[in-house]
Parts: sequence; structure tokens; C-alpha cells
Amino acid sequence: MTETVTVHPLFVRLTHWINAVAIIIMIGSGWHIFNNVPLIDGFHFPRWAVLGGDPELTYKLNKDTGFGNALLWHFAAMWVFFINGTAALIYGFATGRLRRNWLPIRPRDVAHDFREALRFHLAHDDPRIYNAVQKLSYVGVVLAALLVFASGLAIWKPVQFSWLTALFYDFQGARLAHFIGMSLIVLFLLVHVSLALLVPKTLVAMTKGSVRIATPDRPSMQPGE
Amino acid sequence: MPLYTPKRSPHRPEGFDGKALIGPHRDLLHDINRRGVLRGAVSLGALTLLSGCDISNEPHLQSVLRAISGWNDRVQAWLQNPNKLAPTYTDADVARPPRFNAFYTIDQVKPVDAASWKLELAGQIADKAPWTKDALYALPSETQITRHICVEGWDYIGKWSGVPLRPFLERIGADLKARYVGFRCFDGYYGSIDMATALHPQTILATHYDGQPVENPYGFPIRLKTPLKLGFKQPKWITSMEVTNVYPGGYWEDGGYNWFSGV
Repeated sequence: MTETVTVHPLFVRLTHWINAVAIIIMIGSGWHIFNNVPLIDGFHFPRWAVLGGDPELTYKLNKDTGFGNALLWHFAAMWVFFINGTAALIYGFATGRLRRNWLPIRPRDVAHDFREALRFHLAHDDPRIYNAVQKLSYVGVVLAALLVFASGLAIWKPVQFSWLTALFYDFQGARLAHFIGMSLIVLFLLVHVSLALLVPKTLVAMTKGSVRIATPDRPSMQPGE
Repeated sequence: MPLYTPKRSPHRPEGFDGKALIGPHRDLLHDINRRGVLRGAVSLGALTLLSGCDISNEPHLQSVLRAISGWNDRVQAWLQNPNKLAPTYTDADVARPPRFNAFYTIDQVKPVDAASWKLELAGQIADKAPWTKDALYALPSETQITRHICVEGWDYIGKWSGVPLRPFLERIGADLKARYVGFRCFDGYYGSIDMATALHPQTILATHYDGQPVENPYGFPIRLKTPLKLGFKQPKWITSMEVTNVYPGGYWEDGGYNWFSGV
């Protein structure tokens, strides 16, 4: 027996995919900005992974190989990220959805579900219910997003918001925090996208909003079985 | 038909035409048709993972991105508190010498002849008589130890002395209600800042670094120094200054860097 259940309301799906576009643009352009004068000596992001235009064409147009375009992308997508992210968080808190779906997170459950996940034993029959590792990673990526937001503001306005920059020690400290925040988000993305591809039902849920699941009275629904 | 017709920023030139920027590459760009924009926007992988599909130079997209950059100019002008002073540091923090930066390498710096050098004045200025180096260096000077921040992400703390721009603008009878102060340089570089930043107490025409006259690779005989702007907004080897309401643009800004670029 199966039934159709709504997993994600339209507003959640919309803000999720807008955020995905904004984040990917910010990462691609941010890597290009990084490459110009790398924070870490000798480390460059590969050319194919950065956003900013074909180097030769861009040089003819702009006198640089895409740095200016990367800045344009970065400072445009930041508004999408900021407005869309704020709207999503307000919605999540106001409806109680974040609290309901993401909390509580008990360390014991995280340890248990992590072990189960490594053995591919976690149940994913009902995409409305998150396991503890999933909950932790969602809360974690929101915290990482807040870190890139605050450190980004500190890099953008180190004089007007000098107090904020001072929280990161100094300008280079804010740059490092921005880099670490980005790295955490990229790490999340790698896991998040891989798991979504492994459990395609979650992709359907985040796109169509509803999925067909087995009716819950079946014994195979027991988690961990 | 453009995907989006932006409202003109007050900081963008009149009659700005995205297509005019494309020039001889129009044919090449024509291949990247509008469907390409949609494909790129929908397919996230294509957007960043395949540089062949990078749509950054698509003219409609450029006009959208530059319109948002114009919006960012306005937001930054609004955010900038005219009474807020940039943090200052101590002698022990000062980098010696300052860091060289230009659109060419240090061995290509063209020497400026001190004897024939003049600061030319133009635009909405009552007394446009040019200034010699000696006359400028004789004006009352102020010193600041502030952080220099480059758009690329590097920074250093510098000790700059020179003529505060506000009293100098008043002295030459500049229209302080004009929107822009533009600069042209010996090496062909050019740039412009907003009047609010020009009138800020920490904005100076720097003549000295760490007590010594500004040397040739660093902008002899004067360079703009303001801790309120990114480094590329502070032209070196200045040869002329203009006060104007007509957007003067800038060397990098014309290639897409954000014009206001306040910090």
C-alpha cells in the first residue's frame, strides 16, 4: 500500500532552489576572486571550476581575465543569498518547521545514526523524517551560512563596520573566516548532493513537493532495519 | 529585447550602452544566444563546472550585473557615515616600503620629471591655475597611519602624509556640491570618487610615505590616499584633477569593477 504525502511546501522548495543557485554562483565567483591573490600560498582553484568568463574574450573586453566579472557575480548573488536566505529563515522559524524538523539533536542519536549511515543501514522510507546526522548537518550549514554572511560583511565594509571586522581579529582574519565558512558549505554540498542522488526520492520531494511512500503500518518502516 | 531593463544609476555614464562595450566581438558573442542564458541559469552544473558554458560576458547578463553594481553604489553611499573615521595604527605596524601595485610591473614605471610636473585643474573649479610640486608640498600637511586594502584581498598598514583634500578643494574654489572628483594620471590610469569621500577628513593628496617624499614606483609626486576606499580607487602619479557632475568612470571600473568600492 502506498500514499502520497507532502514533504516540502512550495515556499520551502522555491527558497531552496534559489539559494542553491545563489550559493553556487557565490562559490564559483568567490574561487575566481581567491585565485587572483590566494589566501593560501600555491593553492589555486582549477580554471574550469571558477566563474568569470572565458579568459581571452574577457581580457579583450575588460582588461582582465575575469576578475571583474567574478566581482560582479559575487556582489549580485550576495543580494539573492541575503534576501532569499532571510526569507527562508523567517518562514522556517515563524511556521515552527525548523524546530519541528531539525530539533532536538541528541548526541547519542547522532553517534548511532552516523554508524548506521556508514553501514548503509539508515531508513529513508519517509523523506519527511530526518535522521540525527541529517539534522545536525542542516543546522551546521545554516551556521556556516551565517559565518560567511558576517565575515563577508566584515570584508566588504572593514571601515564602516570596523567593530565586526575586529571580531574576526582583523581584515585577513575575516578573509580566513570567509574561506572556512565557504569550505564548510562546500563540504556540506558534496555530501548533500551525493546523498540526494543516492536517494532520488528526496530530489522529487524538493522539486514536486510530494512523494508516494509506503503506508506506515508496515514493519519494514522500522528505522535501522 | 533585453531580459531586464535596469534603472540607471546616478553613477553610470549617460547613454551607457552595453552593446558598445562588445565592439569587434559582437559576432562571437552572438553565438551565445539568449537561450544560452536560460540553459546556463537552469543547469547549475553548466554554470560553473564547464567554463565553455560560462555566460559571464553575455551582453544582457552584463547589463543586469552592472545594474546591480549601480545599486550597490547607492547602498554603499548610504551606508557610509561621513563622521566615521577609519581605524588608525602605530608606527610599529607600518610596512616599509609600501606595496607596489599598478596595471603593469614595477620595472615598467615611467619616471615623472619633478621640474616640469604640474597638477592641472579642470571642471567646476573657480581657480584653475595649475600647481607645481613645490607649491603643493608647501601646503599644510596631515599624517595618517591607516590600512590600505586591495580589491584582490591583500592589505598593509601605511603611514601617509599630505594635503587634506577638503581644504584644498575649498582653496581652489571647487563646487563642493558636484558629484564627482576625477583624476588622471601620468601612466594613463584614471579614476574618480564621490564628493562625500573627497570631503572626508582622512582623504588626502599624499606627498610623503613614512616621512619621506613618495618615491617614483609609489606615485610620485602625489597620489590620492583615503582609507575609505579600496586601493584601485586611489590613483597614483596624478597629473590632473576634475570636479564634475558627469560620471568620469575609471580604468578598472569601466571593465566592471564596482565604482563606489568603499570599505
